[in-house]
Amino acid sequence: MPDQEFNQELVVNVGPQHPSTHGVGRILLNLDGDIVRKAELIIGHLHRGIEKMAENRTYLQVVPLTDRLDYVGSMYANWAYCRAVEKAAAIDVPERAEYLRVIVCEMQRIASHMMSVGSSGADSGAFTVFVYAFDLRERIVELFEQLCGARLTYSYVRPGGVAFDAPDGWADAVLAEMRKLPTGLEELDKLLFGNVIARGRLKGVGIMSTEQAIAWGATGPVARGSGVALDIRRQDAYSVYPRIGFDVVVGDNGDAYDRARCRLLECFESVRIIEQAITQMPEGPILTDGIPRLIAPPKGDAYARIESARGTLGVYTVSDGGAKPYRVHFRSPAFCNVSLISRLAPSHVLSDLGVILGSLDPVFGEVDR
Amino acid sequence: MASLGKTDSASDSALGYSTLESGVGNVILTSADALLGWSRGQSLWAFPMGTACCAMELIAASFSKFDFDRLGVFPRQGPRHTDVMIVAGTITEKMKPVVIRLYEQMAEPKWVIAMGNCAISGGIFYYDTYSVVRGVDQFLPVDVYIAGCPPRPESLQDGIVQLRNLVRAESVSPGVRYRRRTEIPLRTAPAPTTPAPAEPASAAPASAPSKDPA
Ligand code: SF4
Repeated sequence: MPDQEFNQELVVNVGPQHPSTHGVGRILLNLDGDIVRKAELIIGHLHRGIEKMAENRTYLQVVPLTDRLDYVGSMYANWAYCRAVEKAAAIDVPERAEYLRVIVCEMQRIASHMMSVGSSGADSGAFTVFVYAFDLRERIVELFEQLCGARLTYSYVRPGGVAFDAPDGWADAVLAEMRKLPTGLEELDKLLFGNVIARGRLKGVGIMSTEQAIAWGATGPVARGSGVALDIRRQDAYSVYPRIGFDVVVGDNGDAYDRARCRLLECFESVRIIEQAITQMPEGPILTDGIPRLIAPPKGDAYARIESARGTLGVYTVSDGGAKPYRVHFRSPAFCNVSLISRLAPSHVLSDLGVILGSLDPVFGEVDR
Repeated sequence: MASLGKTDSASDSALGYSTLESGVGNVILTSADALLGWSRGQSLWAFPMGTACCAMELIAASFSKFDFDRLGVFPRQGPRHTDVMIVAGTITEKMKPVVIRLYEQMAEPKWVIAMGNCAISGGIFYYDTYSVVRGVDQFLPVDVYIAGCPPRPESLQDGIVQLRNLVRAESVSPGVRYRRRTEIPLRTAPAPTTPAPAEPASAAPASAPSKDPA
């Protein structure tokens, strides 16, 4: 009898307010000693009903709502949504606007990955990395502030173009920053991935094989860390990406280390993309003329997807011919990736849970919507 | 006590002391209230109740460029270590019982800062949504409101400075000076069957089930 009692699994609740859940996620764990046997993710603590709200807004009024989805990378949801609306209403986008979109989204990728890499460091006991990474993020955020006046919720991409043209000297400021950035990124690389303690905490934790990544629907750095070369910028090259040279970073082992390192190495590619985009960017209008304030796409639906910092972000809009969308749905990469926690966490020790969750990079605004 | 005399003149009135310059040295006269208020306000450890976008600015405020530490604010993840709860982000009906519970776990004296429009009133989510609580002041006693969506880190720090002045105005003896209520407003309300008239009907039933004093 005492043996049986001893072998009972212990149910432990983590979250929703917990430093290692990266937001308001909650996980119910079945523990056998220190080993996780079962992890059940409970979401919805940040469900704000954005998809439902969108049905009561005009197409333009939905743009600020998309900012609040993935608040670490607001530009992506802006762009994905606007692409869907442009597809539905057959709106053209001027070339300069496309370049500006690419530039801001790649900057956003760096900013978002810095947050993720930094918190991977914090999860694995290297808090200094977080401070360094956040410093790099802060520089990008300042450039965004010069561009559109907001630090976090930009609403910069609008149907038919972008909201503001780049102010004088902004492109040069971005170029100057991009020249400095690789030094900071290399420093971060050494600080986190060269650190023997952090390597010990990250390597071999939460391994996902290539087949599993494909079968479980992982996208973004989570899939690429497992060796799946899935990148919408390459596979379904949208906007001006076909004219820009960049590499898709993939990992070998599919562990937390590879996922985090993929993110860091992607930042170098983003720097390359931004430099090319700024040199190629033509002069011209930034917003197509004659877009009505009340966009009313013809009856039908449209789906557009882009590669966000977290993976494939898709937006599906249905129009009934009116000025308000009949339905807007977001295929959120954070939701699909974070649900893998119940597959990856079992048979790891409790202290690895935060590392695995951090390596999936959830943003609960986008998970819960 | 000599360091007290070195504080700049602007904070003298808040501290409530007067210095007597004499040939020998500085003598400081103060009251227990002023000393207590001064020492409490000097180092407000924060409990970052970051749920949504505003949490990013909360993190930014505590890191190198803005540096919360210089105001004595040190974010701690355990509610029992902290003095002020900074509610940064949207609070949904599902999250509300958790926030109440964490507030109750904080040790007295405690204060609440509502950071961002969502925490003040629901902000952008005020209309057309079914899941958002329209402001934390529906269930927590809020001391300082900081507007913005999100507020800049500087505004958050200014909010801390304002809270510091409030803390200093508090008194240990009852009824003498400003004294704030710390009990949770909704807890004193009647049972969920009769929702209070001032709030949306959806807010009342969800608030009560969490923990009725059993
Ligand atoms: S106030 Fe704005 S930025 Fe802050 S949580 Fe609400 S929507 Fe997000």
